[in-house]
Amino acid sequence: MIADLVHLLGYEFVQNALLAGLLVALVAGLVSRFVVARNMSFAVHALAEVGFTGSAGFILIGLSPVLGLLSGSLLTAVFIGALGLRIRERDAVVGVVMAFGLGLGVLFITLYPRYASEAFNILFGAITAVSHGDLILMVAMAAVTIVGLGIMYRPLTFATVDPVVAEARGVPVRLISILFLLLLATAVAEAVQVVGVLLILTLLITPGATAERLTAHPGLATVASVGVALVSTLGGILLALVTAVPVSFYVTTIAFVCYLSARFGLPAIERSRRVTGS
Amino acid sequence: MCFDRATLAYGDRVVWSELSMTVPQGEFLAVLGPNGSGKTSLLRALLGLAPLASGSLDVLGGPPRRGNPDIGYVPQHAGFDREVPFRGRDLVALGIDGHRWGFGRLSRADRARVESALEDVAAGPYADAPIGRLSGGEQQRLRIAQALVGNPRLLLCDEPLASLDMRYQQEITELIGGWSRDKGGTVVFVTHDVNPVLGYADRVVFVVNGRWATGSTDEVLTSETMSGLYDAPVEVLRVRGRIVVVGEASGAGFDIDEPHHFPEPTGVHHL
Repeated sequence: MIADLVHLLGYEFVQNALLAGLLVALVAGLVSRFVVARNMSFAVHALAEVGFTGSAGFILIGLSPVLGLLSGSLLTAVFIGALGLRIRERDAVVGVVMAFGLGLGVLFITLYPRYASEAFNILFGAITAVSHGDLILMVAMAAVTIVGLGIMYRPLTFATVDPVVAEARGVPVRLISILFLLLLATAVAEAVQVVGVLLILTLLITPGATAERLTAHPGLATVASVGVALVSTLGGILLALVTAVPVSFYVTTIAFVCYLSARFGLPAIERSRRVTGS
Repeated sequence: MCFDRATLAYGDRVVWSELSMTVPQGEFLAVLGPNGSGKTSLLRALLGLAPLASGSLDVLGGPPRRGNPDIGYVPQHAGFDREVPFRGRDLVALGIDGHRWGFGRLSRADRARVESALEDVAAGPYADAPIGRLSGGEQQRLRIAQALVGNPRLLLCDEPLASLDMRYQQEITELIGGWSRDKGGTVVFVTHDVNPVLGYADRVVFVVNGRWATGSTDEVLTSETMSGLYDAPVEVLRVRGRIVVVGEASGAGFDIDEPHHFPEPTGVHHL
């Protein structure tokens, strides 16, 4: 099995897959910290599903599905940002936009008869089908997300933890919300390449949710989140190479095991967290 | 801080009109009034978040502007998510660099400022605990440390005592009043209950229905002034060092559990 793996690592498609997985894990690990803290699971789901419509549309007119995914996801972010940023109205707006987006997706699939296998790839992920061109686009998307997050890290943290005080201290809370949605759309388009549209939450929620259970230190939590994303993604790709089971299954399983371990396997840490010194 | 015939309105709805008062540096101003009377809007005007419809407002020697580093802000206790990976000292550090773009570590000097701000509010013992698991009083102490760590000249507090029990109310008020006394800082303290700040407030402003009255506690909290503001008979009683405001405007008399609450105006038109 190890020998098989070493042999496989010599292939370009395997190297591409691992490099893509690395990029996805970095982006997902960083972004999911904020997705969890800002309660944006539903928005992530909508960005991914309308991204699916985007890639279906782009395939229909003969363009890159990855680019289509990014366009669909970004457009959704713009709609959500324009129609509803308040927590109260956000859920409804996300639902409304997602429903219409998926309706369009149905139309595109019907118009393109040979769509079945490509649709399956986008819905469940196809990391080993990542081409050289896709990889370049993925590097660009990862760079945009990471640099963008770096630029807005402190005000985003402030606006996430304590929005009322952040606004009082002059943080442009509304602008930050819109910028983060756009970054999230890019991260979603990136992560879909590994796990697909339907399993996107495993990379954009689980690492951040696991990290929250491990430490109260924000920096360490970010490191833990990236760690969980890396282990799940790269572990999933490697296991899938030597067995006949799809990558997505392994990625979701490893991530889930990480979460359960953090939740129930660390009673000592949990106890120390309860001590408040008062 | 100086309001000159300042009027604040949201669309057609006038919150308060022609407000004029001057608060010298170092004074403790209590902003009183029933819910929805525009107390928070007064803070938003000072923060540069709500522009005036007319009149002028001068804050620390200039017009209000967003993100003025000389202004600290303490909100109502609202609680944090229990699981959020964030500690007390991280919350205080936001008061130094949370508004700055980019990604950065605090300098050694700034970390020392965070430590001393934590000490000033006696939050050291729980500075490393997750903020979501602290009590309301502990969280408010941290918020005060966060507001003061930047060395402001003006501290704005929006109902900082709400949903705290009596002991915490006294502690928090003493922290804020003590800072004003020791550092010569100005405090604007929004509260629906005047009693916790009776020993600290140099001046009060009472806002209701777009009307207002300002002066010392004894000048404003009288049956005559209050009846004028509410445009209805209101009686102000002083009982064992506490002030109780009772009005017909509150409908069924007053709430026995919270006798210190100001009556909600009913049937009175906005100016």
